[in-house]
Amino acid sequence: MTKRIYSVPYFLWIVFFVLVPLGMLLWESFFDLNGHFTFDNYIAYFSSGTYLLMTWNSVLYALIITVATLVISYPVAFVLTKLKMKQFWLMLIILPTWVNLLLKAYAFIGIFGKYGSVNNFLQFLGLGRTQILFTDASFILVASYISIPFMVLPIFNALNDLDDNLVSASMDLGASRFQTFTQVIWPLSLNGVRAGVQAVFIPSLSLFMLTRLIGGNKVITLGTAVEEHFLTTQNWGMGSTIAVVLVVAMLVVMRLTKERRD
Amino acid sequence: MKKNTLGKAYLTFVLILLYAPIFYLIFYAFNAGGDMSKFTGFTLENFQTLFADSRLILIVVQTFFLAFLSSLLATVIGTIGAIYLVKLKGRKKETLLGLNNVLIVSPDVVIGASFLILFTLIGMQLGFLSVLLSHIAFSIPIVVLMVMPLYQEMDKSLIDAANDLGATPAQTMREIILPYLTPGIIAGFFMAFTYSLDDFAVTFFVTGNDFTTISVEIYSRARAGISLEINALSALVFLFSIFLVIGYYYIMRDSDTVGKSSTLT
Repeated sequence: MTKRIYSVPYFLWIVFFVLVPLGMLLWESFFDLNGHFTFDNYIAYFSSGTYLLMTWNSVLYALIITVATLVISYPVAFVLTKLKMKQFWLMLIILPTWVNLLLKAYAFIGIFGKYGSVNNFLQFLGLGRTQILFTDASFILVASYISIPFMVLPIFNALNDLDDNLVSASMDLGASRFQTFTQVIWPLSLNGVRAGVQAVFIPSLSLFMLTRLIGGNKVITLGTAVEEHFLTTQNWGMGSTIAVVLVVAMLVVMRLTKERRD
Repeated sequence: MKKNTLGKAYLTFVLILLYAPIFYLIFYAFNAGGDMSKFTGFTLENFQTLFADSRLILIVVQTFFLAFLSSLLATVIGTIGAIYLVKLKGRKKETLLGLNNVLIVSPDVVIGASFLILFTLIGMQLGFLSVLLSHIAFSIPIVVLMVMPLYQEMDKSLIDAANDLGATPAQTMREIILPYLTPGIIAGFFMAFTYSLDDFAVTFFVTGNDFTTISVEIYSRARAGISLEINALSALVFLFSIFLVIGYYYIMRDSDTVGKSSTLT
């Protein structure tokens, strides 16, 4: 019975740092700037073209980033499982995540800048300098770059657990390489893909520092809007409303990408 | 075997892509010219500026202190939480596990915003303490997830045996359970440590004017423009990360053998 006492800090944590903050966020979303209880924030959100367009854009960006990351990462994970020192190579893929995200964003400011390396190269080719930084493309590129390790890891784990005999059996039964991949390998690695999509899609909706540093305030995601309302315009009610939308979006994604056991 | 070489070539390409920005930063840390556009000559001046910048050094120290303290506390609370969670059954366990994972899956801005509301409404001054509490809060579930699987796998007859041999609950905890969980606890601590070091979004929301971390500082400096001092800092951070990874690798390898020997008994 004394053991119960030890778990008190953990319970306090769940109550005060999980339940209460989320509850407060929801509560706050029903208040306007003057502190009056109202549904206006939700009405404003769902009737304003700006907010809906922003939400749509945000989801679209996240989708493009997720797909791009998946396309790049799946072959990487696949090749990794075929290597002898796979854990070592996997480690090399994961290592860049240990470098601070802001530093990597900072690097891209240098690379994509007006007088950065890419533009120098374009100049050298005779194509002239173009605006690369502060465009949608640069935001998507950098966000995908940052997400690659988070996509590779779960797919690698799924592929690594895959029984080689299944692949051999499929080949023995006369399936082509392509058929083996679509009928055996891909379906069996889907749980890894789902986990990867989860790990990339949701953060992509809220990467506000990248939209500021790389997207140059032209790209506005849900995350950027939350940050803006909380720290710049101080409209907590609206900020909370968008945060609630973000949580709902997260729940939907979690639901869609839930691990399936057959 | 042509396919394999193609695969390896692709892997190499992606690895180069992954490391290019990092080495790009480090390369220009030694640039005598003032920015990252043209390498005009080798210099260590940027490192000298960095070490002379007492404000930045203080921020680095603060960040590490914060990461250490928050992950230490999170490890203690998280380990107890994991042990407690494993003992539960049925719906209660599922609910608690679900709540445990909320802070892992939630977007950073949502965590940051909700903590900001929390601290403001209870009238807390934003600063070191609010950042520390936030970091502990988002590190706890990571520790739980690292420790829980180990405790789940543990042969519970070890505990019964210890009890039968007359060990007190405290002794069983100290002599049997904690040594068995050590690899998970270390892994949890390291994960929490790196999460804390890297965190930007949550810290950005809950920090005041008198406290800042490396991430927040880089953010504000990057918005102001390029300064090669940051490159020098990134070179050091990268070196440090490599040491951390190597250290982690060796600690885990050693503690892994400890765990294995205890399963044999």
